[in-house]
Amino acid sequence: MAETNTLEIKDLDISFIQGEKEANALRGISLKLKSKEVHSLVGESGSGKTVTSTCVMGLLPEQIARINRGEIFLGDRNILSLDEKEQREIRGKEIAMVFQEPARYLNPTMKVGEQITEMLRLHLGMDKHQAVERALEILSLVGLDGGKRILNSYPHELSGGMKQRIMIAIAISCDPAFLIADEPTTALDVTLQLQILNLILSLKNSLDMGILFISHDLRVVKDISDWVSVIYAGRIVESASKSELFSNPRHPYSRMLFDSIPDAAKRGKRLKAIPGKVPDAENIPEGCAFHTRCPLAEDICRTVQPETRDVPAVGGDESHTAACHLMEKQWKN
Amino acid sequence: MEFFLFIVRRTFRLILTILIISTIIFFVIRVIPGDPALVIAGIDASEEDIQAIRARLGTDIPVIEQYGTWLLDIVRFDFGESMISGASVNKLIMERFPLTLSLAVLGIILGIIIAIPLGVLSAVHRWSFWDYFGMVYSQMGMAIPSFWLGMILLLAFAVKIPIFPLFGSDSLKNLVLPALALGFARAAVILRLTRASMVEELSKEYIITARAKGLTDKMIRYKHALRNAMIAVVTVTGIQFGYMLGGAIIVEQVFSLPGLGRLFLYAIYQRDFPLIQGGVVFIAVIFSLVNFGVDILYSFLNPKIRIS
Repeated sequence: MAETNTLEIKDLDISFIQGEKEANALRGISLKLKSKEVHSLVGESGSGKTVTSTCVMGLLPEQIARINRGEIFLGDRNILSLDEKEQREIRGKEIAMVFQEPARYLNPTMKVGEQITEMLRLHLGMDKHQAVERALEILSLVGLDGGKRILNSYPHELSGGMKQRIMIAIAISCDPAFLIADEPTTALDVTLQLQILNLILSLKNSLDMGILFISHDLRVVKDISDWVSVIYAGRIVESASKSELFSNPRHPYSRMLFDSIPDAAKRGKRLKAIPGKVPDAENIPEGCAFHTRCPLAEDICRTVQPETRDVPAVGGDESHTAACHLMEKQWKN
Repeated sequence: MEFFLFIVRRTFRLILTILIISTIIFFVIRVIPGDPALVIAGIDASEEDIQAIRARLGTDIPVIEQYGTWLLDIVRFDFGESMISGASVNKLIMERFPLTLSLAVLGIILGIIIAIPLGVLSAVHRWSFWDYFGMVYSQMGMAIPSFWLGMILLLAFAVKIPIFPLFGSDSLKNLVLPALALGFARAAVILRLTRASMVEELSKEYIITARAKGLTDKMIRYKHALRNAMIAVVTVTGIQFGYMLGGAIIVEQVFSLPGLGRLFLYAIYQRDFPLIQGGVVFIAVIFSLVNFGVDILYSFLNPKIRIS
């Protein structure tokens, strides 16, 4: 088997074409995911998080999506250059995905057991009996102890938390090297969120998975990430280890995002929301896409798109990058 | 136990339906102009003759009394005798029903064979040749009158190329052309619905999950989407089948088949009250039974609607 201990996106640029209109959803993003690492991709809705994960899974809608440039390496294979059949063998088996709303992402008329075993039979060539045995093991891995009774249930017979555990069970069933979790807890109750996050973390450790964690919830990201990339209007604006990024954010967008986290210490004060919204991918502003909302914006920001540059990391030799003309400037409230 | 309750509830509903329907039909046929006694007696009959016939038919007593008798008779499954031929209504219907049933079964099977594969193909390969073919087909199926199609089929496959017989109703071969004439239009409806529900299912989120699992297109379409799409299709197909069981007047006429449709048509012409009433109640019962079957099938396909 080929080496699969890294998943690396290089300069990925994607447009959606609809009639005359072109929406440049991803504008050259790069990020690297290592095994046993949780790499969070953070940003507001419409910033390109889901496009990224959809592209890695090879699930972009073919009729309207166009990959302008870029590569996605799983180990040393560029999965974008593989044919459909080879991509299918990677999907689910080497890279698996957990979605936001388990109720909608499970087939309502198929028993959950079959939704798990069909993958085992397809990817690992198990017979029915072996697949059921394996499915029972997976159920206990994801903390569902109901055995055969659960396997024989339909999704609507299970609670929201159980359904998400089933989604996770499906995702980990073939022991994938990487797991993409696209807002896996957003649709759940707060009490369940923590359980599911802990489950994902413990599975990461026991199965040696690398996790691409997609979220807009910074508190969750702060809890579980090793590495964080901040995405804005289809570009990664800042990327660093979690501790580095949270203690030393250089891009104004990252700083403003962190300031918007509700925090017990800031109780009683007004929450700082970022004014405005993410620009439409059909008309991204000239220069730095964030300049329309940035309190520091200068003339250069309105005309020249900032390069991604290294930031001297506070913590030493870790790499920390950001794309801002003014990142050396002092941040004032 | 739940199933038992389901049966009880459905039976109760059936009885209520029959009561309402039989009441409506009883009064409707008496309100519309036309007197069976006049039909039987002919134009030149004297007033005494007509009165005598009315007395024999029992239409001379007050309507309310007739209604009471009719309701009591239904409870005993006795629909009386035809006013025209004197034969028992039950016997007349049962003589004709096997032909109508075979025609309906064959018609719906042909309809399904045409519609479902074409509908799935149209949905899976949208805007392809098959999709356009399906669209043209469903437009034609809904626009072409079945008597015209029946005559064309007869001309083509019984006269010009005599593969099928022109007359008769005693073998399966006699039923192929009429079933085709019937099924053609039904297929158009089923086809459109199959395409629409398949397109809808394929756009749902669980299909994304199925793709993310690395399943083949075939598994995604036929194992995941089709089963969900069939929920709506089964319901509509069942209703179509129910309609066909009531007899296909026009097709029976074109192919000169002695089915229920023609029996009831002549009963109406001749104001044969007991036969009309019996026929309508029979159709209502058949329709309810078909719906019952559809519901069972539906709950089998859709685990969310367990019978309850």
